[in-house]
Amino acid sequence: MTLQGMSVKELNKDMLLAFYEQLWRIRLFEGQVQRLAARGEVPGFPHLSTGQEAVAVGVCAHLREDDYLFSGHRAHGHVLAKGSDPYAVFAEIIGRQDGVCRGRGGSMHLVDVAHGVLGATGVVAGNVSLAAGAAWAAQVRGESRLAVVFFGDGATGAGVFHETLNLASLWQLPLLLVCENNGMAEFTSREEHSNVAKVSAFAVPYDIPAQTIDGNDVLAVYEAAREAIEAIRASGAPRLLECMTYRMAGHYVGDAQHYRSKEELAAMKQKDPIDRLRRHLVKQGVSDNELEAVAARVKTELDAVVDRARRAPRPDPATVLEDVYSTAFAMAQRA
Amino acid sequence: MMELTFIEIIRRALDEEMARDNSIYLLGEDVAAGGAFGVTRGLVDKHGARRVRNTPISEAAITGLATGAALCGLRPVLEIMFIDFATLAMDCLVNQTAKYRYMAGGQLSVPMVVRTQAGAAGGAAAQHSQSLESWFIHVPGLVVVAPSSPSEAYGLLKSAIRLDDPVLFIEHKRLYAMKEPLDEQAGSLPIGQARVVREGHDVTLVAYSAMVRTALEAADALSRDGISVEVIDLRSLVPLDIQTLVRSVAKTHRAVIAHEAVETGGVGAEVAARLGVAAFDELDAPITRVGCPFAPIPFAPELEQALLPGSRQIEQAVRELVG
Repeated sequence: MTLQGMSVKELNKDMLLAFYEQLWRIRLFEGQVQRLAARGEVPGFPHLSTGQEAVAVGVCAHLREDDYLFSGHRAHGHVLAKGSDPYAVFAEIIGRQDGVCRGRGGSMHLVDVAHGVLGATGVVAGNVSLAAGAAWAAQVRGESRLAVVFFGDGATGAGVFHETLNLASLWQLPLLLVCENNGMAEFTSREEHSNVAKVSAFAVPYDIPAQTIDGNDVLAVYEAAREAIEAIRASGAPRLLECMTYRMAGHYVGDAQHYRSKEELAAMKQKDPIDRLRRHLVKQGVSDNELEAVAARVKTELDAVVDRARRAPRPDPATVLEDVYSTAFAMAQRA
Repeated sequence: MMELTFIEIIRRALDEEMARDNSIYLLGEDVAAGGAFGVTRGLVDKHGARRVRNTPISEAAITGLATGAALCGLRPVLEIMFIDFATLAMDCLVNQTAKYRYMAGGQLSVPMVVRTQAGAAGGAAAQHSQSLESWFIHVPGLVVVAPSSPSEAYGLLKSAIRLDDPVLFIEHKRLYAMKEPLDEQAGSLPIGQARVVREGHDVTLVAYSAMVRTALEAADALSRDGISVEVIDLRSLVPLDIQTLVRSVAKTHRAVIAHEAVETGGVGAEVAARLGVAAFDELDAPITRVGCPFAPIPFAPELEQALLPGSRQIEQAVRELVG
């Protein structure tokens, strides 16, 4: 779904319902990841974006297929919102041959070149500079595409984040920096990580236009991203968007979450982005039945995706040395 | 044939490759001004500021920038002024650049070259003199090339630029002023094939980068005493051409590996281990190593001289083997 350039006022009911559907797709997709992880069917430690889905949906609504997307360790939502096939993404997350990376990458390293997903990374802030490089490639080739990179507030503690802001501003790169500020860097609150309350403040000295918005309101994200992306396409210059949100899930699946109270979590669940859009749609005259039907349809779709992915072949161990290099070197590891 | 210095010859290789392929971009601190050693001098006038680009002193970000651009099909050649500063880009080089192709299941490749400069000379001291190549040979996905002369650098740099894999191209600062005639017909040299620089039959002496010259000096001195040394230039450390070494050891039955890097955990250890298995039946003596003692590079000339392995240490190592 891409609605480039359309203002939030111009969105019709079907478009809003499409947002609603996409939010549910991410929510239920990750619910399935969690379910299978609990059963020991997901290798590694997947990170869920539950509660943060509106950022992915609102931003990616404006992206073209050929725009470049980079993300961090909590990337499932971004990748799905960019247009990747849920089956190929799910198959990757459970380590199957049909996965987008043929089982080499997994949850933290999703790459889907056909949909412009140049990649997620497991190193916090690790991909911000790569996104700048993709933006630079677009710039020197005179292309109209841009690069977007999603990262959490924790990434702003890394030096490379600041180096990249400087470079993006200096070279006027077509780069959208999207911070999902969920108030938590892994297990500790933002207050323990930085005295700088707003991530958007970091953009100021580098002269990068930035704003802080409500990241749980998909329409607010949509509108701010529209404005930022139009500006980037027109000027080629970078923008930063700080989306205030809340991670309803733990840092990773299985996180006991001793660092927050049940009361806090319950209060934040009142701000659930899906409920929020739902209330808006009800006000617009959409019936409960219609809304339930959307969620039910997505659930059916994903049940089929998960069934199919679980039946997908596992990677052939004999292929484990493929693709280390693109050149056919004689790499005798054992003489 | 025209004589060119190492610096002039790599400038020429860069120039020719940029003229051949307009997806090649030079990046780095001061590169538009020629770089700290003048390697890229004048290239901005010929190829434009868009393709020869100064960067801020931000090794982490510019290495990421080059990597991201390479994922999108550009062929960046990034200069990291001293290999000592590659440490600032280690996350990117190790966690992203090297692994991207593999992690993506082969959807992407990273056709970039990181040109960097290493080794000790002239009191550059502990943070501008290191030979850190063994850190990089430990990372699957990277290609590591360390040329031993101007003409070698010319051919190997051309190949490195044409490769679709990320290459760390290590230039030794002591070679920068070395002059050699440039064969106008010389093309690219294959990466992954060691070169027999001097034939001999008593001992195989393996070296790379500036140590090849030192090894040749030692071989000269030893020949005067009737010891015939076969000198092999590895050219690339990844991939490592063990077969050429095995063929040589089948003739000499003895091997010494010499490098400027610290001996502990160095390339010599890797070569010795592999050769020890591959040529076990041929060996008449243990494989030995010549490398830097386990200390940082000191500043004062007398101390620098005292620490660095030279032809005297190599000669001694060879004499011990044949003695």
